[in-house]
Parts: sequence; structure tokens; C-alpha cells
Amino acid sequence: MKKKLTAIIKKNQQIAHGMFEMLLSVGEIAALASPGQFINLYSNRKDLLLPRPISICEIDKEKGFIKLVYAVVGKGTSDISKMHVGDIIEVMGPLGNGFTISKEIKGHIIIGGGIGVPPLLELAKGLTGEMSVYLGFRCEPILVEEFKKYTDKVYIATEDGGWGIKGNVIGLLKSNHPKGEMIYSCGPKPMLKAVASWAEDNDIKAQLSLEERMACGIGACLVCTCKAKDNNDWQYKRVCKDGPVFLREEVIWNE
Amino acid sequence: MNRPGLKVNIAGVELKNPVMTASGTFGSGLEYGEYVDLNKLGGVVTKGVASIPWKGNAGVRVAETYGGMLNSVGLQNPGIEEFIKKDIPFLRKHDTKIVVNIAGKTLEEYCSVVERLAGEDVDLLELNISCPNVKEGGVCFGTDTKMVEYMVKEVKKIAKQPLIVKLTPNVTDIVSIAKAAEAAGADAISLINTLLGMAIDIHKRRPVLGNIVGGLSGPAIKPVALRMVYQAANAVKVPIIGMGGIMTGEDAIEFLLAGATAIAVGTANFVNPRATIDILNGIEDYIIKHKEKDITSIIGSLNK
Repeated sequence: MKKKLTAIIKKNQQIAHGMFEMLLSVGEIAALASPGQFINLYSNRKDLLLPRPISICEIDKEKGFIKLVYAVVGKGTSDISKMHVGDIIEVMGPLGNGFTISKEIKGHIIIGGGIGVPPLLELAKGLTGEMSVYLGFRCEPILVEEFKKYTDKVYIATEDGGWGIKGNVIGLLKSNHPKGEMIYSCGPKPMLKAVASWAEDNDIKAQLSLEERMACGIGACLVCTCKAKDNNDWQYKRVCKDGPVFLREEVIWNE
Repeated sequence: MNRPGLKVNIAGVELKNPVMTASGTFGSGLEYGEYVDLNKLGGVVTKGVASIPWKGNAGVRVAETYGGMLNSVGLQNPGIEEFIKKDIPFLRKHDTKIVVNIAGKTLEEYCSVVERLAGEDVDLLELNISCPNVKEGGVCFGTDTKMVEYMVKEVKKIAKQPLIVKLTPNVTDIVSIAKAAEAAGADAISLINTLLGMAIDIHKRRPVLGNIVGGLSGPAIKPVALRMVYQAANAVKVPIIGMGGIMTGEDAIEFLLAGATAIAVGTANFVNPRATIDILNGIEDYIIKHKEKDITSIIGSLNK
């Protein structure tokens, strides 16, 4: 039977404004995890009931380590950011359906925005063939050097122009005209919507990883929804269980 | 050492123990079945099912609050035909009682689900007249004694399985509602459903939930739930299934002492997918520790 596990915190440090990197020793999860999946983190605060779903940034199956990069957005992540090396944290996972990697596909375009960037790193590691990476941030970029280990083609946009070009990832795409067979993207919904539309215009397949407020994380409670096409109709699919990665043709963006 | 007897009886249906799941928090057990041995549960109460598929409310559907959470799912469900095809056969593979929670927007819709289930192998029906997230119905039936009586009477005429009526706490007088349900023929009463609540995002100056309001659940509501179970248990003779913020075996014992014959675990599942089993073990520990003969000597046994 699956269950909640305890992980040992090996590292938990700030890497940018409001962004933290956490390294967890939890072999059972590392053994099963694949790029684009997430884990539930349970804060020690008993007044905060729900787990925090955090996407997996890197997997070290040999050491049994999972790396997370998370943003402090509320009470739960704030509490988690104050935990120390050696502390025990309750976790569950890996959860959700991650990215599909096909050996047949040789041209990859990775597009990330803000806190949507981390899950794309483990993906980049596993891709073979041509790859270009487009990352957008509000101000301070994260994980840029890590991506450069896997490709020379890493392009940055920031809203304030402090790093890379001034603007967003869509601007990067429009000026670089990347060629490829598959897009993999994660970021805020408006960005994903724009990526989907750019992909459609350029007739490129796209796998999009969505973020949503969750409760159970395993597909039972139906609070995290993605409006998705369903034959001639539509339905609310579960981001945690049916996703978080969806094909661009599935997603309906009008909400 | 002998294990204490944990069997309880709800309207002629014997549950192996008093631990059930609260509707809407456990699907039909498929997802949680990977974490919990469903055979160990007294019963699985399914997510509310309606006569046709319901899409549910637009997001955001969840907001965390201190010691609780708000949801505004809006009874998203695949409809009774899909449910009969998939959910009942799945649950039947397990040695647990099947309780089907029934949702509707009109009396006719409730009745068509009840009729459709007449020939199906399910143990109990739970009439959901208490969902706060569906404008057209649900809760509005459950807040008026005359409406409760009318609904329950009509449904009882066609129900082939014993009928549990699930009550909303969003009423002035829970006792009169419980009595109305009993008088109309309810075989058991379950309470409480969620309390209507709200959360606001102060930075966006908008309600957090897409539906503006939602149902509050979790330990924050437990004292209210316990009080209502206690009041209802003292007012009616039919068995009561108590729920609302049960997180531990001790919490469950409180509900049993207050007069509930069985209990249901809801939001706790999200905090710990094995909560039902932990709570069951906690109940058993209490009985052993207090040298009680069995579970029945706990139920409604508050010292005067």
C-alpha cells in the first residue's frame, strides 16, 4: 500500500528572492519519480491541514535524493522554508502524470516561467537530440547555470530587463523562432495560454504542466481543475491525477 | 488478547466497524484504495451522484483556512449510469458496505437516481439535501422542515435500500430538521455537512473561491458538529452517523459518546490518506483501555 513517508532535509536554502531549494533524502520517492511529477509536503503546523504540492526539480536515484525548488507564497511554504537541515518532513509521492519523453522526437523546446521553471530541469536531463530552453522571470532568474549543463541554447527574459532581454518568454520565442517537434512548458496560466497559441500557430506539439490549488493530491476530492475538451463537450479534469501535464489540444483557456 | 467487538447496525445493515468515509472526500474509493485497505472500513460513502453528469463549479474550488478548508466543488459527478457501470462493481470487489450519496436539483432528479439504484447491489442510500455549493437545490431542501418531510417521504416511497438523510448545519434548529426527517421515514440521519463560509484574497480584493462561498470542513467545525450530533441523538430514535472534523480516534470517540452509532471521516483523508484506519485503531484502543465490552457500550454513554 502507498503511504505518507518521512524525508530527511539535506538542504533548505534561499536561492533567490522568495525562492528556496530543498534537498530531501527519500529513496522510495526518488526510485519511482519521473520528470514533471510532484510530491506533497506536509507542514508541521497543525492549523494548516492541506499538503503543499511541489514539483520535482531533480531526481538522484542513486543517492535516493529529490531536489525541490519552491516559492514562499503563503503560511505553509513559509513554515517549510524555516525548517532546518536534519529535520524530518512528511511527504507523499511521486504524484501525477509527468512529461512523456519519446526517443523518436529529436527537436525539443523547453519554455518555463518563474516557479514553473524547476520541473523542466529534470526533463532537460533526460532529453536526447536538439534542445533549446526559454526561461522567463519577473526579475531574478533561477537555475540558469543548471540548464546550461544540458544545452548551450538557454535564453532568458526578465520583466525588468535586469537579465537577458526585457520582456517575457513569448517575446523570446518570437525573436528566436525556435524549430522543434515538441514543446514542454510550465509556468503561470497566462504564459501557458500564450505558449499554446504560439505552438498552434507554428504547428508544434506541446505538453503543458499546470498548477492549481490542491487538497488530496491523488484525484479524489476534485478541487484542482483543468477545463479540458472531451469529445464534442468539455469536462473539468483533475490537475493532480489526470495532469499536471496536459496536451495543448486538450486545454480550454477561457476560465 | 481478544479484539473488542466493533460491529454496529445502521437501519438493519451491519457494519463491521463504525468508520465510514464522508461523501465527497473519498471519491468511490478507487484513488484511496491505493493507500487504504478498503476491506477494513465499515462503509464507503460515495461522492454525490446525480441523474445525469454534472460538471461542477468553475475554480478556484478550494481555500485553506485555520484548522479547516473551504470547498466549492459543486457536486461534479459522472452521472448515475457511469456510476453504476464503474463505481459499484469496483466497490463490490471489497468487503465493505456501499453507501451511495444522492444529489439532485429537483425532487424528480433525486427520485430518478433512487429508482435507478433499486435493482443495484448497494447497501444504503444517503440523501444529500445539504450541499451548500449548488444553487438550484441541495441545501435549500434541507433547511426547511416541511421540505425535508416532503422530500424524504417521496423518496422513501420508491427507495429499495434503507435511507440515510444527510443534514446541513446551516439551520437555526437542527432538532426540528432531524425530527422532520425521522417523522417522514428516514432510517438513519447523518450530520453534519459543511458549514457555509467564505475567504477573501485581500491583495486581489476578491473572494478566493470562484463560487464566492463554499463549505467549511475540518477540525475547525468539530465542536459545532459534535453539539448538533448530541442534540439530534437526543431528539430522534433512528441511528446517527456523526461527522465534522474528525481527525483522530479520540475525536471519533467524542461523537460516539455524544450518541452517534457510526462516524464518517472526511477532510482528515486529505491530511493523511490512511486517516480512516488510524481512527479505527484509535477507537479500538480506547475500548480496550476503558475495558468496555464492545463498541455498543460506548454509543450515547455520556455520564449524566
